[in-house]
Amino acid sequence: MPKKPLLEFTDKGIYCAQGKFYIDPWKPVDDAVITHAHADHAYWGHKRYLAHHHSREVLLYRLGEINLETVEYGEKVMKNGVEISLFPAGHVIGSAQIRLEYKGEIWVVSGDYKTEDDGISAPFEPVRCHHFISECTFGMPVYQWKPQAEIFNDVNNWWRYNVEHNLATVIVGYSLGKAQRILQNLDLSIGNVYTHGVIENTNEALRRNGIKLNPTIRITPETSKEEARKGIILAPPSSVGTPWMRKFNPYSFGYCSGWMAIRGAKRRRAADRGFIMSDHADWDGLISAIDATGCESVYLTHGYTAQFTRYLNEIGFNAREVHTLYGDDEGVAGVPEEEPDKHAAEKEEVPS
Amino acid sequence: MKNFAQLFLSLDETNKTNEKVKVLKDYFNTVPDTDKMHMLALFSGRRPKRQINSTLVRNWAIEASNIPAWLFEESYHVVGDLAETMSLLMPQNRGSSSKTLTEWIAEINELGDKTEEEKKLWLMDSWAMLDSSERFVFNKLLTGSFRVGVSQSLVVKALADITGIEAPALIHRIMGSWMPETYTYEQLVREQSPADDISRPYPFFLAYPIQETSEKQKSADDLDIALGEPGEWQAEWKWDGIRSQLIKRGGEIFIWSRGEDLATDKFPELHPFLQALPDGTVLDGELLSFTNGQPMPFNVLQTRIGRKNLSKKILEESPVAVIAYDCLEFNGEDIRQKTQTERREILEQLQTATPYPEIFRLSSLIEFGSWDELGKIRGQSRAMIAEGIMLKRKSAAYQVGRKRGDWWKWKIDPLSVDAVMIYAQKGHGRRADLYTDYTFAVWDGDKLVPFAKAYSGLTDAEINKVDYFIKRNTLEKFGPVRTVKPELVFEIGFEGINKSTRHKSGIALRFPRILRWRHDKPKEEADTIESLRGLLGE
Repeated sequence: MPKKPLLEFTDKGIYCAQGKFYIDPWKPVDDAVITHAHADHAYWGHKRYLAHHHSREVLLYRLGEINLETVEYGEKVMKNGVEISLFPAGHVIGSAQIRLEYKGEIWVVSGDYKTEDDGISAPFEPVRCHHFISECTFGMPVYQWKPQAEIFNDVNNWWRYNVEHNLATVIVGYSLGKAQRILQNLDLSIGNVYTHGVIENTNEALRRNGIKLNPTIRITPETSKEEARKGIILAPPSSVGTPWMRKFNPYSFGYCSGWMAIRGAKRRRAADRGFIMSDHADWDGLISAIDATGCESVYLTHGYTAQFTRYLNEIGFNAREVHTLYGDDEGVAGVPEEEPDKHAAEKEEVPS
Repeated sequence: MKNFAQLFLSLDETNKTNEKVKVLKDYFNTVPDTDKMHMLALFSGRRPKRQINSTLVRNWAIEASNIPAWLFEESYHVVGDLAETMSLLMPQNRGSSSKTLTEWIAEINELGDKTEEEKKLWLMDSWAMLDSSERFVFNKLLTGSFRVGVSQSLVVKALADITGIEAPALIHRIMGSWMPETYTYEQLVREQSPADDISRPYPFFLAYPIQETSEKQKSADDLDIALGEPGEWQAEWKWDGIRSQLIKRGGEIFIWSRGEDLATDKFPELHPFLQALPDGTVLDGELLSFTNGQPMPFNVLQTRIGRKNLSKKILEESPVAVIAYDCLEFNGEDIRQKTQTERREILEQLQTATPYPEIFRLSSLIEFGSWDELGKIRGQSRAMIAEGIMLKRKSAAYQVGRKRGDWWKWKIDPLSVDAVMIYAQKGHGRRADLYTDYTFAVWDGDKLVPFAKAYSGLTDAEINKVDYFIKRNTLEKFGPVRTVKPELVFEIGFEGINKSTRHKSGIALRFPRILRWRHDKPKEEADTIESLRGLLGE
């Protein structure tokens, strides 16, 4: 009988039978190891959670009272003979690849990752392994990112232009990850950073976690529209088109996402400016990351899995497509990452 | 080319009309006059002739991108635009180029005589000199149409602001068959008369729909409130043919279709009557196939539109005549400012004088005393092979473009059936990477037979939901086409239905589109092929 693999793909998530735990399960289980705090990876309802220290406060804020153990990158945890350790994934603050070792066999689950250092998340670290389970959200060669310095140069110039023309500047990105990446890379000599409540709640959780973030001003009904107009307004995707955003009229609205690489996707969003900025690896990033693991086999969980798997096999990798509920099975350009605070965003009180 | 590429980037960077006009004005104020004319030509649908066939361009782009051909095709389905796909996949440029748009187009036009090898060398060198945004517009020049999210009317508005010439006059001056190589900016902006270019058509006046959706029916009372006194209006049938402008000037004849295609040679039957018109005459009307004095359904005419050579058989099977409904120029004078009634009188005079009354027909006026009565007459449209009724204000001038107020179309309700979606394909442009193009089927016994494709009719939110369903319920993939688990039911509307030997179902629909998503209907309750055939009405 062939040996059972250390990890299997079940209808609850990625399962380690030997260690009796799941990685990023989407149905309630006893033991869950969490790569990062985004809603499609960190579900509510597990008995015990294991994650990185820097995910602690955000997980507690998003999931409420949970039984959570956190560890440092590289720290080893044993479960039933399986050694678990976390390595930086570079996706968002606190995001981790999960490394498992059992009797000399090594598996790594990437979660979501990007290979470029964004200046705020611990930079991605390649981990040697036998089996690599990777995302491929942007696993098509049309997705090639520019260095982030170039992108933020565009963002800052756009902001400056808006201030000169008395337009409010609204920049949209997910509340965990993109929002902090933007915040830390803005040119604060231009003005102050104002935040939507949903983003500020996440910022506060991160600050409780000891993360140093640039100063922000939470937008409340008392916030002066005129003052906010001189600064930049950080808003989550769910606030687009709400009365909350319209209050800032006239404004220019910029959307930060990897999907902005395609004109059609950008036009669908009806954004004034699309900044091609992603927290996922681009085509070259994915291939170099997979190559750096030296793995014997690679499993693709979400994104353009069919196309990317075929290509990897053609260039000599042993690649397989697997079905999970992470992200979307085909990287739908129109469907946003789930926002746990969607309704909160809609209900946000409008500034005066 | 840098200016032209920047124009695209800037237009993409705003959603606001005023900003777009400003961007266009900045462009016009920066570039040489020849570039202005080339840009105008491109934005009004006048693309340079294709000098390299698109398969070669594609193959060389695949080579330059250094990826397998299948991955290029998959990328194209993700991006939904060939020029954009190629520009995204190629490696970074090695050099740069300061050639203007005019110079690039001249180079493209010179390619015609070159060998394939020379063309390839030129193309590979050109790609290597252009950055990704320049490459995108360059590839558009080589391959595609220039539909880019900016309407011709915005371009005209910008130009009107700069030149001080009114927009309708400018729109008229860029009609017809001019070439940017020979029509100069100076000629465009100086005073003009119709004699400057005897082939030039007038801009078409287009009607506004009275009811924008089939679900919001307008009653006779609504019309009374909106349009007032019936006596102020002229009613005609809305003919389903090819909208055309027919010109006789300086002894020459020209037939223009609505898409500004010169179609004179496609309709030889019309030549004798046009030759017989007095010089300086321009008519507006609908071209239709006729048999025994009766108009035939549009699909009969459709069979001859695409043909390069009109065989004797085709001319016999679908002879064309014009149903004229307006006169725009008479005795060499632009009479568009005269009232509808005055123009109608002139049109009738011309028609009375024609020796070819079977070919030069008049769109007859419908007598009606009340909106209620007209509403009842509208119900007979299908029997008249008409799409509904046209309403024209008797006191109105002939205007430019689609305007509310004086011309209205009151179409009949579409026919409809409930059908099951069985195949899906990704869309293009704004709908790139989303499954938006669907094939629908009805029941033939216990089998589903495909009978129509439809692309429009759903909201963005519905499209996202359908896309989500398709991605999770794919049974098979054939290239870009997915076979979808038959489950979703939609009401499909269409204007007409005809027998067809080219379709598996044996029928062909005119303008099929999705009217609504029938969440309430299980697939078993969709319509049958028999119910569709019943609509053939024989």
